[in-house]
Parts: sequence; structure tokens; C-alpha cells
Amino acid sequence: MTDITPDVTPEERMAVTASRLLEDHRVVFAGVGMPLLASGLARRRQAPHLTIVLEGGIIGTQLRPGQLPISTNEMRAAYGAPMLTDITDIFLYAQRGFFDYGFLGAAQVDRYGNINTSFIGDPDAPKVRLPGSGGAADIISLCHEIFIVTSHERRRFVDRVDFVTSPGYLTGGDSRRAAGLTAGRLAAVVTDLALLDFEPQTRHMRLIALQPGVSVAAVQEATGFPLLLADTIGELPEPTHEELDLLRELSAENTAGP
Amino acid sequence: MTVTSAQARAELGDWHRPVADKRVSAAEAIALVRDGDHIAVGGTLYSRTPMALLFELLRAGRSGLTLSRPLACHETELFLATGAAECVVASWVGIGLRWGLSPVLRHYVENGLARYDEWSHLALGLRYKAAAMGVPFLPTRTMLGSDLVARNAAQRVSCPYSGEDLLAIPALVPDVAILHVHRADIYGNVQVDGYRHMDVDMARAARRVIVSAEEIVSPAVIKATPGATMLPHFAVDAVVEVPFGAYPHECYGLYEADFAHFDDYVALLRQHGADGARRYVESNVLAHEDFAGFLDSVGGDRLRQLARSAQELTA
Repeated sequence: MTDITPDVTPEERMAVTASRLLEDHRVVFAGVGMPLLASGLARRRQAPHLTIVLEGGIIGTQLRPGQLPISTNEMRAAYGAPMLTDITDIFLYAQRGFFDYGFLGAAQVDRYGNINTSFIGDPDAPKVRLPGSGGAADIISLCHEIFIVTSHERRRFVDRVDFVTSPGYLTGGDSRRAAGLTAGRLAAVVTDLALLDFEPQTRHMRLIALQPGVSVAAVQEATGFPLLLADTIGELPEPTHEELDLLRELSAENTAGP
Repeated sequence: MTVTSAQARAELGDWHRPVADKRVSAAEAIALVRDGDHIAVGGTLYSRTPMALLFELLRAGRSGLTLSRPLACHETELFLATGAAECVVASWVGIGLRWGLSPVLRHYVENGLARYDEWSHLALGLRYKAAAMGVPFLPTRTMLGSDLVARNAAQRVSCPYSGEDLLAIPALVPDVAILHVHRADIYGNVQVDGYRHMDVDMARAARRVIVSAEEIVSPAVIKATPGATMLPHFAVDAVVEVPFGAYPHECYGLYEADFAHFDDYVALLRQHGADGARRYVESNVLAHEDFAGFLDSVGGDRLRQLARSAQELTA
């Protein structure tokens, strides 16, 4: 181990910040990509008993360094898992309340944490037909604590999503509960620039901490709506050597695959 | 229009699936599909897709089909691009984020040439499950608050006991379910290894069920591990033996998906738009008499490499 600080990429900061949110002995329902990577890192570090669940029906995947799955339904995603069930069943475990964390990415998220993965433009005459919900609408509705992780860009952080595929706090205040979503709390949004939460009364997204070297103005500039600011804005610690080593080992380019 | 869960129940009273040898060719099996049918496609995304049967269905030139699948992948795009299907019922359409948005889906849906009836993943699963259970709907706590509800057939209801707000997810009775599995006996007792995806509910929901299997085994092999049997013979109409029958998609423990094949397919789409998918069908489906011809064109070395990779991953 050298004393030289390795070059940390914004993506790595985001993954490490996200991974630190996960506590040991919990169950996380993770999407593929960054949520799965962050969950895998947490398991290798502070949360060795974290159970990672994937919507393909996998309970307890261990992930193989350098062999991360692209989909939640392929055999790579099942590596080391003690149980495979069917897709509907895994979501019914979520509905029953077994899953502590729901961990999602987002192509477009708004000030109330609503996620759009369905339409850009008018849904009746869309400019772009996006792929759809997949399990995100279910994960955000049925897990206890929800984390969203995504790059901080103005085109992603919009004032109002064109379409609420996966409901966050809807129109703020009590609207999520009024819609019938009595469970589930959007706990945090993790980005390469900041850590945010939702102000308890208005349920409006709120800046609570900055990634190293990032200013409040830079976060606001990358956000398509006026941010609420916490009373004190913290600074997130840089990833440690240990975290970076583990992360890079896990996410190494897959060379053994087809 | 598909039938109701009650009609599907009643139909089974007259529809007999004898304990008989149900082995047929892929072409004979596909004769069970009619124009306008709703086809539930087994597996999900690029896992255990019944590709050999779907290629045969493309070869048969059916029209007006609706395809449903939890996560629809490149197979569904082929049906849109050839005009065989005009509606997709799914929670997601595309190969995977690595390959970008589906230009086929975009072209057909954005131009109003086809419909994409989107449900959340669980909601679609409950549609099959309700039909599999023989009831008209199932209540759920998901998808409440999603704008998807205004665009699909789900209805808000109150629990008659607690008064809680719930969504009623309507049963979906596919006309035909088409599945690919690891092994079956000649009567249609079928087993899979690894993931079951939504296959069990899909098959129990459907009016007709066609299964392709990597291997037809003796009943004794099935009986040796009865707990692994996913569907009983009386839920299956036809059995077709097709080794590598999900290629270029994966079959758990037997062969990995061929990502290079997807890369080539997506390159065709980038170059030719939706016409790229028609070119793909020309050269990979219609140019061959059957699926074995397609596999020959891929080559044994490639298939063996994917098989080794799968064995290593699931060892």
C-alpha cells in the first residue's frame, strides 16, 4: 500500500457513499448496475451479513469479482445464492415486508423522488418510449427504506417527471400515503456530487452533504429545481484505500465471459 | 380478446390432455397458435427464452399476435419488426442497458404502429398468477400512485375487511404459453434448473402450453427428483426436443447468453433501424429450414464455449 492517494472517479465516490448507507444484517432489494455494486461493496466491508436480493428471484447473491451480472435474471446474478425462487415470489416477499432497503438507479428523478422510466414527452405521443418500470415501481412501493443512486446531471434531476413510473413522494406532503402507499420511506439520494434526503414536511429533496471539493452552487447548477438546504451541510469523506481496492476488484472488467 | 379466468376454467372441463406421448416437431407444435393469439413467452429477458419455438412461429408467418413477457428482449423486437405482433405486454422492453434503448420499440410505439401495455414487474406477475389460480383478479399494494395505473387496466379497490386502498390486478389468460425447459418426459412432466422466472404461473394461466426441452428424458429421471418438477403433464399440450433451444439467450447451467450475437444484432439496428431486425430474421430465421440450421450457422465451437462458461459459473 502506497501513501499516494489513488485517483478517485466521481462514479467511485458515488458507489462508496451509497455502500456506506447499508447496515449489517439487513436485506437489500437491489437493481443492477450501481445499486448492486454498492451493495456488493457493503457486503465486503461493513455489512458481511447483508442479504442481497435481485428481482430475477435471487436471495443472497454473493457476486463474483469481475463477473457482475448485466441483468438480474442471468446465471451470473445467482452466484453463491442459497435460494432461487420465481420472479413474482420475490416481489411478494417485498410486499410482505421482508426487505429493509430498496436500492434503485434513476434515469429521471424529480424534486419529490418520483422516477420516470417510461416516456419522454406526452405519453400519448411520446418523444421517446423508454424501456419501462421493470421492478422499480414495485421496489420503491414495497421496501421499507429506499435509496436512489444516480449521476447528478440537470437532465436527470428535473422539476417534474414527464411520467411517474415509480412513485416517490408524488406531489409532496402526505400525497404518497394518500395514494395508498402506506409503507416505504425515501431515505436518501446519492450522487457523484452530493447526498440528499427529503425534508420531512414538504417531502422536497434536500441537500445534506457534499462530495469532496464540490460546492453547493455546483450541486444546484446540476439540479433542475431549487434545492432545499439542510441547516448544516456536511462533507462526505473520501473513499478509503480499502474501499477503493474492494470496489475496483468487484467491478473489474469482465474478461472471462462470452 | 383473451378469455376470462372463469371461461378458461370451464374450458379445461372439455379439453383433455391424455397421458400420452406429446412429442411433436416445432412446426407441429406451433400449429396450436392462431392469428391474433396472445402468446405468453417463458423465461425473461435473455434467460431461458423459447427461441427455437419463437423462430418457428416467425417462420409460420402468423399475424396480429400479442406477446407478453415479464422483461421482453430481442425476440419480441423480431415480432414487432416483422409485423407478426402488434402489442407487447411487459414491464420492460430492451436487451439491457449496455445495448441502449430499443430502436425497434421506439419506432413502432412512437409512431403508433404497435402498442406497449406496460405493467410493473409484480403487477404482470400477478396477472398470470390470478389466472393460474382461476380467479379474476388479485389485490396488491404495488403500483398505487404510479401513472401506469391510468394507462393500464388495473382498478383501485377498497379492502372489504379493513377498508385499505389496494389495486385489483386483472387476470391474464394467454391463448398459448410457450416455454423452454431443461428436461421433460414424453408426457410433459417438466423440470428446470435455476430460475423459474414466471413460467409456472404463465403455463397454468394459459389455454394451451407448448414446451421445448433441452432433453427428453425417461419418466424415471423425472421421478428421481419429483421436487424439481415445475409443471405436471396435465398442464402441457406439446413437447419438442431442442438442444440449445434458447440460444442466443442463456439456459441456466447449460450455456451462457451470446453477448457478441447481441452486439451484432444491435449493430444491424444502428445501421438500418427497425429494418435491421427484419434483416436479422431473414438471415437467422428464414434462411434456415429449422433451428438446427441456425445453430449450424453459429457453429459448434461457439456453442461449446458458451456451455463451458455456464458450467464454470454454476459449478
